[in-house]
Amino acid sequence: MIYSELKPFEEILKSLKEKSVFFILCSGCAEVVRVSDDKSVEEIENKLKENQKVITGKIKIDFLCSKNLIARKLSRHIDKLSKSSSILVFSCGIGVQCVSKIVDIPAYPATNTIYFGGFQGLWPGEERCDECGTCYLGITGGICPITFCTKQLINGPCGGTNKGKCEIDPNKDCGWVLIYEKLKNIEKLEILKDYKEPRNYKLIEVSSKLRKKIFYDIDKNEEF
Amino acid sequence: MEISNLQKKLNEGKFVITSEIGPGKGTNLEFLKEAEIIKDKVDAINVTDLQSSVMRLGSLCVCHLLIDMGIEPIFQITCRDRNRLALQSDLLSAYVLGIRNVLCLTGDHPILGDHPEAKPVFDLDSVSLLKVASMLMEGKDMKGNALDGKVEFFLGAVVSPCYEPIDLQIIKMEKKIEQGARFFQTQAIYDLKKFEEFMKRVEKYKVPVLGGIVLLKSAGMAKYMNENVAGVSVPDRYIEMMAKAKKEEKVKVSLEIGAELIKGMKDMCNGIHIMPLGWDKYVPDLLYLSGLI
Ligand code: SF4
Ligand code: SF4
Repeated sequence: MIYSELKPFEEILKSLKEKSVFFILCSGCAEVVRVSDDKSVEEIENKLKENQKVITGKIKIDFLCSKNLIARKLSRHIDKLSKSSSILVFSCGIGVQCVSKIVDIPAYPATNTIYFGGFQGLWPGEERCDECGTCYLGITGGICPITFCTKQLINGPCGGTNKGKCEIDPNKDCGWVLIYEKLKNIEKLEILKDYKEPRNYKLIEVSSKLRKKIFYDIDKNEEF
Repeated sequence: MEISNLQKKLNEGKFVITSEIGPGKGTNLEFLKEAEIIKDKVDAINVTDLQSSVMRLGSLCVCHLLIDMGIEPIFQITCRDRNRLALQSDLLSAYVLGIRNVLCLTGDHPILGDHPEAKPVFDLDSVSLLKVASMLMEGKDMKGNALDGKVEFFLGAVVSPCYEPIDLQIIKMEKKIEQGARFFQTQAIYDLKKFEEFMKRVEKYKVPVLGGIVLLKSAGMAKYMNENVAGVSVPDRYIEMMAKAKKEEKVKVSLEIGAELIKGMKDMCNGIHIMPLGWDKYVPDLLYLSGLI
């Protein structure tokens, strides 16, 4: 179903500038779970500890794309969360966006979302993930620059923002103004100053091997 | 060593004047007359790149024609229509054609133009385009492959001093400077106080800024810009002046407003950039009224 890959550990470590980290895992869509299985999550945990990080807690939530569910589940962990200065999320891009919307603690993606393969989770909100394969949510306050910015810009807004809205539509919020406000709110504006290298479009070509794993292939090849 | 007259003048601390022309839709070169009128009054002329996302004659070609006319062009290049291969290639072509000033822009979305169904490219953005152009200047492409013959450019970018939130705009300006922008042209300025505040904040970068001037053609145009053009706010006072002016006085009043703005910003920045939008024939009068010629 949804296919994500763990980001290289160095990238995770680099994005986590904070000392304490709370882990949130999505157990909704099988492939995500497969990638972030208990063993690889534990490995990341240990490596983070080796790098002087404090892991304040770890929970699994069925569907991180459901904000109601996140809010309900997280409310039981308020004390641990209040001791955490960051959250590391193991899910597709939607899950990270939903967590960022619910909590005002910087949330970072542990994975790159590569392929939805036709399955789109519960997806009840406005968040969208375009399977860009280089999840940028860690540098954008959990708001996806690929789906919220009409030009998919990754180095900040274009000059077209008009009264907080996008140049193409006075009713559409400018994604970069949303990103700016969120980062300001969580006191992370300095992240915006980092230059981002042009996106790697090779990653949108999903390998045929991966395609084979996906549902539509099953219904093409098997008789029910 | 300076590679363009524009760069030379700015380095010498001289006040510079730039203007712009927009190529027409088709092969008629009539519009070059506009450049001829202002030729001796300005230091360089921008050529817009499919302005407002409308398909037209290309900027690269028109820059070349300006050089033939003895005018120094500023080649505007946007990321809207070309991917990273085409952008790099066009930068090489620009150099070979004698172009030395390049203004790197993200570009308007195609939805705003006359081919709204077009695929928006935006493979690079203004910041990464500046970085790529800087790499070409070092003799390599963006992948680090060696070039057989490098380019030399005076790289510029744009900034919008009345953008909200301004911090976001200044962060982006900083990124542009880090990736190679050596001069800035601004969005049209009508609010001198805001412009002054902006200039104080960016003074520390020591990168020349050319204040943008757009002549108001009517009160309606001013209102339209206030509503629809990002980072532009024409004060009520100017709108009233234009509304009250009789038909035969409109140009005079418009030039007075333009001259007031130029005189006001002259000591705040390093030059002005006039976007005449077809009123090129009034640019010499405007400069005269502003005391610049
Ligand atoms: S940046 Fe956006 S499109 Fe890319 S993986 Fe993250 S959520 Fe998906
Ligand atoms: S106005 Fe905002 S959302 Fe629209 S293209 Fe520009 S930066 Fe992106």
